[in-house]
Amino acid sequence: MSNEATLHSQEVIHGVHAHDHGHDEHDHHHEGNFFSKYVFSLDHKTIAKQFLITGIIWAIIGAFFSVLFRLQLGFPDATFPWLESILGHWAKGGRITPEAYYALVTMHGTILVFFVLTAGLSGTFSNLLIPLQVGARDMASPLMNCMSYWAFFLASVVMMTSLFVQTGPASGGWTAYPPLSALGDASIGSKIGMDLWLISMALFVVSQLLGGLNYISTILNMRTKGMTMTKMPLTIWSFFFTAVLGVLSFPVLLSGFILLLFDRHAGTSFYLSDLFVAGKALDHEGGSAILYQHLFWFLGHPEVYIIILPAMGMVSEILAVNSRKPIFGYLAMVGSMFAIVILAFLVWAHHMFVTGLNPFLGAFFVLLTLLIAVPSAIKVFNWITTIWKGNLRFTPGMLFAIGFVSTFISGGLTGIWLGNSSIDIHLHDTYFVIAHFHIVMGVSAFFGTFAGVYHWYPKLFGRYLNSTIAYIHFWITLIGAYLIFWPMHYEGMAGMPRRYYDYSSWESFKQFNDLNHFISVVVIIVFAAQLMFVFNFFYSIFKGRKVTTTNPWNATTLEWTTPINPGHGNWIGEIPEVYRWPYDYSKNGKDFIPQTVPLSPEEEKESH
Amino acid sequence: MDAMSLQRKKIHPHKYSLWIAMGSITMMFIGFTSAYVVKRAQANWFTFQLPFIFWISTAVIMTSSATIQMAVKQFRNRNMQRYKQLITLTAVLGVAFAACQWIGFKQMTDMGLPLNGPASVSFIYVIVGVHLLHVLGGVVALLIMFGRAFRTRVRTYSAVPIEVAATYWHFVDGLWIYLLIFLSIAR
Repeated sequence: MSNEATLHSQEVIHGVHAHDHGHDEHDHHHEGNFFSKYVFSLDHKTIAKQFLITGIIWAIIGAFFSVLFRLQLGFPDATFPWLESILGHWAKGGRITPEAYYALVTMHGTILVFFVLTAGLSGTFSNLLIPLQVGARDMASPLMNCMSYWAFFLASVVMMTSLFVQTGPASGGWTAYPPLSALGDASIGSKIGMDLWLISMALFVVSQLLGGLNYISTILNMRTKGMTMTKMPLTIWSFFFTAVLGVLSFPVLLSGFILLLFDRHAGTSFYLSDLFVAGKALDHEGGSAILYQHLFWFLGHPEVYIIILPAMGMVSEILAVNSRKPIFGYLAMVGSMFAIVILAFLVWAHHMFVTGLNPFLGAFFVLLTLLIAVPSAIKVFNWITTIWKGNLRFTPGMLFAIGFVSTFISGGLTGIWLGNSSIDIHLHDTYFVIAHFHIVMGVSAFFGTFAGVYHWYPKLFGRYLNSTIAYIHFWITLIGAYLIFWPMHYEGMAGMPRRYYDYSSWESFKQFNDLNHFISVVVIIVFAAQLMFVFNFFYSIFKGRKVTTTNPWNATTLEWTTPINPGHGNWIGEIPEVYRWPYDYSKNGKDFIPQTVPLSPEEEKESH
Repeated sequence: MDAMSLQRKKIHPHKYSLWIAMGSITMMFIGFTSAYVVKRAQANWFTFQLPFIFWISTAVIMTSSATIQMAVKQFRNRNMQRYKQLITLTAVLGVAFAACQWIGFKQMTDMGLPLNGPASVSFIYVIVGVHLLHVLGGVVALLIMFGRAFRTRVRTYSAVPIEVAATYWHFVDGLWIYLLIFLSIAR
């Protein structure tokens, strides 16, 4: 690691503590050229924007893929000649081929789970908010932070390349189970597309680790004076726990991928055994496909919390700010996140109830899985109690935060069904599962992201997003999300399996033709609403209403004590000192008291 | 740089990051070794003797841990000549370790235990190989230190980089000893 650049910024970071005119040095120091300012920037705020915009581009692609395969599911008999013009032989005659269908589904999952809701969500907001809210000039290692983004960018390039190779991208599902993913002859998507997928994911893991290390050491080391751990906003706690989960679980995924690469290319038999391809027995002997599932889900389950925890943290913050009330049960919120982190590592086998897992072992995983309902419920009650009798301001960010609570409840409850190994035998791999995880993890995490973007857009770009478009975006997304995923519960309970290409040829699922048709229409409408958001986002960067005050939401946290468009280093002059927790709203007759205001004599007395 | 020493008595952020990174690397090897344990519990587990040279490489890497610790001491005493010699020696020992592991692989292949043999054999190649990559990463870090020690224009007085490198070096050393004990016992 080159310490050159990092130590340089250390000087800047600590220089201010050491001597008063520290910031002069620093201002003079960071006037770089275009490349060092916008491309290989070390400024955490620029890196946050890079993550966000890359994430948005991936989100458009990933969501568009879902529109394409919903066309197939909703209109199995129709042909769309324009599909052939964009997909070529993947949609011969205007109908998506089965191979393309599986590739689209696989890429939709990979892109949204990893590239959008992991990198795009925690990459953006951890980078933006950690230094700003804990009171640091930048990350512990700005260079590693920059490398984290560029590793993600490389991963993106490789994944994008895989979409254009002749045999198509990976098509064995986002979980990449062997033997489908391990044998090039297994399917057309298991050839070079699968290799590119694995390379891309390995780079992605590197990016996550570099980022995660930084987030943790920044939060633990670089807090400003007075910012004790219990004075941190819940956003920071959530980013901290997210980073811990990522740093501990992504390496295990990497182990699984390394073994998979050896199986693919070195003739080893970690996952492969007794296979016949085209009537010929393969050399591979003695491997176990279930082994991969253990390694995969040891990451795969924490991964869903990596996705949802940052959303939870931001929602907590936004609900408190816009209710003008302190968050209810701060320590319970922290404690429940901690409980979720611990439980996240102990429940992975609930994805494997039907793999022949010992039912006795399964019983433990059922118990631990159902235990997650406890911290989740604590959080939900605290959110509701926070807004209860609050002085609510329905900003777009607030609406999305409330929407998050709604989808998290309705999606979370079905988790209790699925967490039971006996019910799971019926529901496993049906549309019920799709409905469950899309609402609780996909839609909720997106609502958290949107809430965050609307709320912190003034800090990101010094302008506001257009509210009218924002309200239309919110209502279409909320109603649309329920219209899309609610009916899938019924399909799943009726036994309709996932991953099928065409349900109309099955007597038992013909009854759902109209329902599938309806879902696909809503998908197209919701997708169009997201494009409105994208337009709003890019338009407002240049033309949005300008922010005129440093603290537009009257919030207490430190990011609103910086200038409207903060430079690298965030604060002009000294970093402010912190005296109180971040949720002093409607206290002692005041609407809000920023964290930088010292305790009044009466408050001092109370605290003793 | 003097600003750094004024910092409150906190652990340096780079050292902190290193500890987290070591936790992360540990998780990766926990992944490998748990996979090994799960696989071993299944039918048809093939057993064989590990090549003896792995014990020699253990001696080599333990010696290198001692030399890098001496290097840190010499750096703190500003004894740059000795420091340069010691980190060079450490890097050479690191390469020697890599060579030993490589010879071990050769011996296994010659014994009729190739990479694409039974899973118990493949695991040795993969686990030992990935560990080796981590050692080589440490060697690269030492080469950077070495280059830095010869710079005349910019002089470094902070012991943090060499301390970070030394901690990492001890870590890969300890990791190897753990892996060797694990692989010897869980045959």
